[in-house]
Amino acid sequence: MTMLKLNRNKILFTFLAWSVGLIIFFPILWTVLTSFKTEAEAIASPPVFLGFDWTLENYSEVQERSDYFRHFWNSVVISLGSTLLGLLIAIPAAWAMAFVPGKHTKDVLMWMLSTKMLPPVGVLIPIYLIFRDTHLLDTRTGLVLVLTLINLPIIIWMLYTYFKEIPGEILEAARMDGAGLWSEIAYVLTPMAVPGIASTLLLNIILAWNEAFWTLNLTAAKAAPLTAFIASYSSPEGLFYAKLSAASTMAIAPILVMGWFSQKQLVRGLTFGAVK
Amino acid sequence: MGSIKLNNVTKSFGNVEVIPPLDLDINEGEFVVFVGPSGCGKSTLLRLIAGLEDVTSGSIFIDGNEATEVRPARRGLAMVFQSYALYPHMSVRKNIAFPLKMAGIDQAEIDRKVDEASNVLNLGDYLDRRPGQLSGGQRQRVAIGRAIVREPKAFLFDEPLSNLDAALRVNMRLEISELHKKLKTTMIYVTHDQIEAMTMADKIVVLHAGKVEQVGSPMELYRSPANLFVAGFIGSPKMNFIEGPEAHDRKAKTIGVRPEHLLLSADKGTWRGTIGVSEHLGSDTFFHVTVEGVGNLTVRAPGEVDYSYGDTVYITPEDGKVYCFDENGEAIR
Repeated sequence: MTMLKLNRNKILFTFLAWSVGLIIFFPILWTVLTSFKTEAEAIASPPVFLGFDWTLENYSEVQERSDYFRHFWNSVVISLGSTLLGLLIAIPAAWAMAFVPGKHTKDVLMWMLSTKMLPPVGVLIPIYLIFRDTHLLDTRTGLVLVLTLINLPIIIWMLYTYFKEIPGEILEAARMDGAGLWSEIAYVLTPMAVPGIASTLLLNIILAWNEAFWTLNLTAAKAAPLTAFIASYSSPEGLFYAKLSAASTMAIAPILVMGWFSQKQLVRGLTFGAVK
Repeated sequence: MGSIKLNNVTKSFGNVEVIPPLDLDINEGEFVVFVGPSGCGKSTLLRLIAGLEDVTSGSIFIDGNEATEVRPARRGLAMVFQSYALYPHMSVRKNIAFPLKMAGIDQAEIDRKVDEASNVLNLGDYLDRRPGQLSGGQRQRVAIGRAIVREPKAFLFDEPLSNLDAALRVNMRLEISELHKKLKTTMIYVTHDQIEAMTMADKIVVLHAGKVEQVGSPMELYRSPANLFVAGFIGSPKMNFIEGPEAHDRKAKTIGVRPEHLLLSADKGTWRGTIGVSEHLGSDTFFHVTVEGVGNLTVRAPGEVDYSYGDTVYITPEDGKVYCFDENGEAIR
């Protein structure tokens, strides 16, 4: 009886999980499907789900009109660059806060997080002016810098939580065993923190890849990443749903593939600290 | 090799002084146990010796050399932690080899020493496992293995058995004592368990609120406790303390009698009391007896003794086994 009940619950929950998953995934699926339609079919009412003439014409048109690979390369440089720079700053910061906390460590952490509560548009004008005066507008360097700063609190928080999980006694044991600071970091801390650092890296690449506010406002043509590439299809010539969809599909495909292959790390990263 | 001397050592965290000025001599090859209730500063004291905490003032000498400012790694001491603190990402072999690797010893020598240690500790079959795949007792052995391969001047144990179940604790207690006999290296062992202290130590240091209450061999502490705290802490069940007229008769503020020094009789004795709860252990029986004008006493009777709840009994303290304490709780000798 209980087995039967368990099985029934399992079926019910599986069904629910799949339904929720499909609802969340549906817009992406719809975008991908639309990208293979003609513009007329894309706006057809009632909408056509699968029974349309599949075409690749949107993709070739999009590639003709704007250089996908240039935007793609900008996205790669900006998201990887800002993530690596962020990690370089965040690892020592999180290390210090986790293992040698001071009286105000908690306050500093809260203060860093509070900067994420500020609406970005509130600081757009000052940052825009600073970028203009320092000639950083429409440069990859500028975007790497701004995205590093935007995501730094999250990187530090994630790493801090991971480092906190490493018992201090293990580091003390290493010290007793004759390890100096660098041996301690190289042989004990880093191998133990690798899963944490990896999830932080992955999550942050995704955040940086998808960041649209700053990338749209601080770039024009040269440094524009894929977000700008999508946006360029949105309004100026009226809405071309099929081309917009093709551009979106091309923009999200790389990060989707990366996410798919690193699912395990990501789930760990997103549920960090949830299960002790 | 292996003498440790603390000279006027103090430790404060902020404004809180956890260790008031303290002097202590630990001789070469001794098994010294720091014992006291939790929060008494015994672990802090051990960490000061290890170098994991800095002293606020005073000095520490290891083998006659000033070591107060020396890094933990350079003090030549090995420590076994309560949580074992094994490196989870390394195999047992690598865990044990780690201190040797840090010391820059060549691989052949490392292999030889790891094999030797694993034989002593019966870890041969587990060398390629990760700590996560071991039981508590095995992990503890690995932690000890990691400590012994270095051939340290002294071993520091920080409540190493408190995460083990009761049966295993007794076994490990014996193993550690045996290891001490074999290696003859100085060992400092921190515990809150007075039974561990009594069974293992050559010398016990009883700590209370960071202060050394008494230093001596287990039997010295048992036979002549310096004050009420030591009298109450050493011995199980705890010593009975009696105040009031009985104490005044002996010109003391408080008198103390251990449960095993009270004789129980059905018909005659010094104090008349009523049996309350009794605890039968087979080898002993503990009676909780209420004596009018004296209070509640615990009495230990050897073997199986049968009294029922509410029975009237007579209790007589053994000659020369009554301890007297003054108003400050100090023993009157």
